[in-house]
Amino acid sequence: MSIFINRESRVIVQGITGRMAQFHTKEMLDYGTNVVGGVVPGKGGEQVFGVPVFNTVKEAVEATGADASLVFVPPPFAADSIMEAADGGIRYCVCITDGIPAQDMIQVKRYMLRYPKERRMVLTGPNCAGTISPGKALLGIMPGHIYLPGNVGIVGRSGTLGYEAAQQLKDLGIGVSTSVGIGGDPINGSSFRDILEAFESDPETHVVCLIGEIGGPQEAEAAAYIQNHMTKPVIAYIAGLTAPKGRTMGHAGAIISAFGESASEKVEILSGAGVTVAENPSVIGETIARVMKKKAA
Amino acid sequence: MDIHEYQAKEILKSFGVAVPDGALAYSPEQAAYRARELGGNKWIVKAQVHAGGRGKAGGVKLCASDHEIIDVTGDLFGRKLVTHQTGPEGKGIYRVYVEAACAFDREIYLGFVLDRTSQRVMIVASSEGGMEIEEISANRPDSIVRSTVEPAVGLRDFQAREIAFQLGIPPELTQQMVRTLQGCYRAFRELDATMVEINPLVITADKRIVALDAKMTFDSNALFRHPQIAELRDKSQEDPRESRAADRGLAYIGLSGNIGCIVNGAGLAMATMDTIKLAGGEPANFLDIGGGATPERVAKAFRLVTSDKNVQAILVNIFAGINRCDWVAEGVVQALKAEPVDVPVIVRLAGTNVEEGQKILAKSGLPIIRANSLMEAATRAVTAWKNDLAQNTKLRAMK
Repeated sequence: MSIFINRESRVIVQGITGRMAQFHTKEMLDYGTNVVGGVVPGKGGEQVFGVPVFNTVKEAVEATGADASLVFVPPPFAADSIMEAADGGIRYCVCITDGIPAQDMIQVKRYMLRYPKERRMVLTGPNCAGTISPGKALLGIMPGHIYLPGNVGIVGRSGTLGYEAAQQLKDLGIGVSTSVGIGGDPINGSSFRDILEAFESDPETHVVCLIGEIGGPQEAEAAAYIQNHMTKPVIAYIAGLTAPKGRTMGHAGAIISAFGESASEKVEILSGAGVTVAENPSVIGETIARVMKKKAA
Repeated sequence: MDIHEYQAKEILKSFGVAVPDGALAYSPEQAAYRARELGGNKWIVKAQVHAGGRGKAGGVKLCASDHEIIDVTGDLFGRKLVTHQTGPEGKGIYRVYVEAACAFDREIYLGFVLDRTSQRVMIVASSEGGMEIEEISANRPDSIVRSTVEPAVGLRDFQAREIAFQLGIPPELTQQMVRTLQGCYRAFRELDATMVEINPLVITADKRIVALDAKMTFDSNALFRHPQIAELRDKSQEDPRESRAADRGLAYIGLSGNIGCIVNGAGLAMATMDTIKLAGGEPANFLDIGGGATPERVAKAFRLVTSDKNVQAILVNIFAGINRCDWVAEGVVQALKAEPVDVPVIVRLAGTNVEEGQKILAKSGLPIIRANSLMEAATRAVTAWKNDLAQNTKLRAMK
């Protein structure tokens, strides 16, 4: 069983009637994802590609048994939608929306703590490309065809850098167990560490590729976890060696504002924790291949 | 988004934080007039630029007469103030703030930030005000007090009192300190700030707690619900190219190198810059054109990158996920045909329909240099830039 999603996952799309949401719902259906419903307040009863639309998450969950959700709601309303999913019984939620106010995300994180751990929803994102378990299910906006099924777990902030890694692996005939985007925002649902923990206990994942960037403490936190708790090899790439200090590089969270947040400091911290760091993004695939070969030997 | 000191003070005042009396001026004469209106015999004149470190850079002056105010401000207006935060190009001074000088006994540092570790709002305070927080944490880390705010209930008075006592605020001023902390927190929370910094917060000779300086930064993702804050944007404090890009929905940051970058995705854009550096070049910019690289978007990106006169080669790096490489290639060709550029253009396409995309570039007849991997693209860009540079030097020598 892959982490977070699989063939049996029953997926709803919040904000399914939007243009982008419709496009990606179609992509997910074509990939074989079990999309069972959509939620748009006031549009209950409509259909999108034969998928029924409901007014609330609770109604959708009741009618379809949905356990996973993809949030495609515009930034002013996205935090509310994530909380609705958490309250409606969704177990795994991916939020694609870019541009959610940071304080809304603080509220979301606090709200999720209302639920005891065994009933608490796992959130990844916002501002991410989603999650894919190749050959099983796609909950996001990534191009499914660049992923082969296999045993490399990928976790990263950036969408396109994650594609870069998957494509390089595919060119080498190496497949992916699950690829998870944690997004580029400063306040996010799951950290690198959270996803590493999931990969560590996932029998289908043999090695993990971590794609980080400048800004924030989560790469350093991941390094501490890797050093103390991880048995599986980890390969990392960190973007932003040439990024100036104090400037936001596209992602709201990609800003060096404290010690340990620059790319070179993160590379040093990760190397110190026993992580194999790829020097440039063109060699992520071959670095993983080398580490896998060494592990097999 | 940053705002000026005088604007931050106005906001904090409306939330119950005490600030000195002050007034804004757009000319030396107006500054002198404002000082007379304020009364007293000593004034602080402060250059209003979006950067810290103004004092050390000569942007804050104590004046004791009209003449002095006119002299000092005459020197400030129109000048670029270079502080450790502005970069060598500095920031233009178009407004000065005049304040009645105030005698004080103690300086305190007070900051409110979004703490990414706890994922909450954190208060950082120190009894060693007046220094930059970086200096304080290097020299007097023991003086720093931290407290995180539980988002469900907000900042509690007991937390504010704890901070006041830890900072050694005299007991008779505890209530004033609590009011100051609560005012800052409410301003932070209600207006979606990402940073509030008062340095120094002082205890005046007449036992009042007053914010002598104030800095606020706002979450640009939340400006949609604060139009009154959005209006405070001051384009004179921004890099004009970055302003133009932001207005067109592109994330652009100008740098000092000469290889321009056009990339989709923020992470890939940073990785592209890094690879250029590894290949021996220097990136001229960060540019994320986002998803859906339509011909119009690509054309806009080319215009933006070539408006930087330092650019001597352009590297386009697109990983087409949901996009298709053939569409992106069409975009590049259309953009270059509509507005030819006179520097080498290197294009690396990957992802969906990459072969079709390469064919379109090859058939276009344009002198586009193609590459398969990012490293190859960066190496070719650096080589093309160096060749071009050598050729131009030769041409100039022949003339």
